[in-house]
Amino acid sequence: MSDVAQQVPLVNYLVLGETPHLVAHECTACGARYFDRRNACASCFKTEFRTVDIPNEGELRAFTIVSQAGPGIKVPFVAGVVDCGGTSVRGNIINTEPDPEHVKLGMAVRLATYSMGTDDNGTEAIGFGYEPA
Amino acid sequence: MSASDEIWILGINMTKFGKHPDLDTVDLGAQAIMAALADAGVTMADIGVFAAGNLLGGGGIGQQLQKQVGQTGIPVYNVSNACATGATALRTAIMAVKAGECDMGLACGVEKLAGAGLLGAGGVARSDAKVYNPSGRYGAVAGIDGRIGTNTMPGVFAQVGMEYGHKYGGTSFELFAKISEKNHAHSTLNPLATYTKAMSAEQIMNDVMIAYPNTRPMCSANCDGAAAAVVVSGEKLKTLSLEQQRRAVKVSASVLTSDPWQEACQVLPDVNTLTKNAANQAYEQAGVGPEDLDLVELHDCFATAELVHYDNLGLCEEGGAVDFFQSGAPWRDGRLPVNVSGGLQSKGHPISATGIANIWEVCQHLRNECGDRQIEGAKVGLAHVIGLGSACGIHILEKSAA
Repeated sequence: MSDVAQQVPLVNYLVLGETPHLVAHECTACGARYFDRRNACASCFKTEFRTVDIPNEGELRAFTIVSQAGPGIKVPFVAGVVDCGGTSVRGNIINTEPDPEHVKLGMAVRLATYSMGTDDNGTEAIGFGYEPA
Repeated sequence: MSASDEIWILGINMTKFGKHPDLDTVDLGAQAIMAALADAGVTMADIGVFAAGNLLGGGGIGQQLQKQVGQTGIPVYNVSNACATGATALRTAIMAVKAGECDMGLACGVEKLAGAGLLGAGGVARSDAKVYNPSGRYGAVAGIDGRIGTNTMPGVFAQVGMEYGHKYGGTSFELFAKISEKNHAHSTLNPLATYTKAMSAEQIMNDVMIAYPNTRPMCSANCDGAAAAVVVSGEKLKTLSLEQQRRAVKVSASVLTSDPWQEACQVLPDVNTLTKNAANQAYEQAGVGPEDLDLVELHDCFATAELVHYDNLGLCEEGGAVDFFQSGAPWRDGRLPVNVSGGLQSKGHPISATGIANIWEVCQHLRNECGDRQIEGAKVGLAHVIGLGSACGIHILEKSAA
């Protein structure tokens, strides 16, 4: 038994470690990027992909402040689209007040992780969002 | 029978939108079909193809409807294309007539949606597992909705409007509320609308917040409703009565597109490119341009969506949607009235019915049968719907010269 609690990322495209970051499958032919698996590139139909790192810094390109959501989802929260060096990423805007005075279109943000809790096996899940940079 | 170049709407109808607790999905659809057949002056014996759409009723709606209105053994296509389902049903009937498989077709869209709540949010509480096991296409150990953005429709379309604002500037909470104010004002003249109450921008902004900047009146109204249409080939129309020829409305363009790949489409659905593509194809097919339009019914599922479609449909120059709205153009007394029916925000949005109901609205104006809300002298109109995922249907309609 190890004393160090195991960690798992919320999704498989979040890589934990010293510098947590996102990764994507990049089409080797045209450079289109996908967070999930594709049989062929949706842009050029070629079938070879490589794994690439997504920059942690980005610009908030669109957002909404969700006040009504499905059961079990804490509101309000800020959902947004962040342009990370040319790759669009979907994520929540965290570590700031969820209101239009604190969240602005075009603001600089950076990836941040947080603990989602620990399961029955002592495994801790790590989520991610973007915080004002 | 040979392929037909010309397609006409011979008859069309929409039911009252709103709550119909005493009518089920089949009752509502049958009501619209019976009225559309009567409007066309034909019976089920004349119909050679039937396309029907319904998302929440459990499947096989076309055959269920035949059992209410007439079973003749003709081919039935049950279609499903999100909020573009109605337009897809109509386009399916049009394709069959165009191909020369028959000379008359029927399309119907129907939905029971009153009290459906928040669409896209899922129906049951998420039970976070006691053990974090990666599953699904993203290897997620817990629910993603709410942790990585939002799947709710008001939230998705809020971002669509905000993204436009980021790109071109000029948007604000108040601007989006004013777009909604217009549609609620328009609906006061539409007895078939779900809501017929005018609301000020201030009232709209102070209403319940759903997903900033969309408050409740800025979201499409969940309601029950159905719409149906009879389409006929140009050749067949010539054999019908002068009255039928006079009231028929020409389908100058019928286009359906899906969303082509765009860089960000995996994280935020791109409702712009497929609408622009559909609009370009439709204007070319019809041989008209946006400047020729007398009215437009566009897919204002949220106030934030209406803004971007002014631009996508070419009603203004690129980036000019805010100026277009602020000029007063899309009000019913403006240069190019948009959503004089009240739109999805006030008339309502019974998903599968919407893509035929907006064509009914345009037809009523072109036939000069729209009563108090008639746009005088209307000759050409455009109807647009978007189904997220995505599908875009655009029809351009022209008044008969007969």
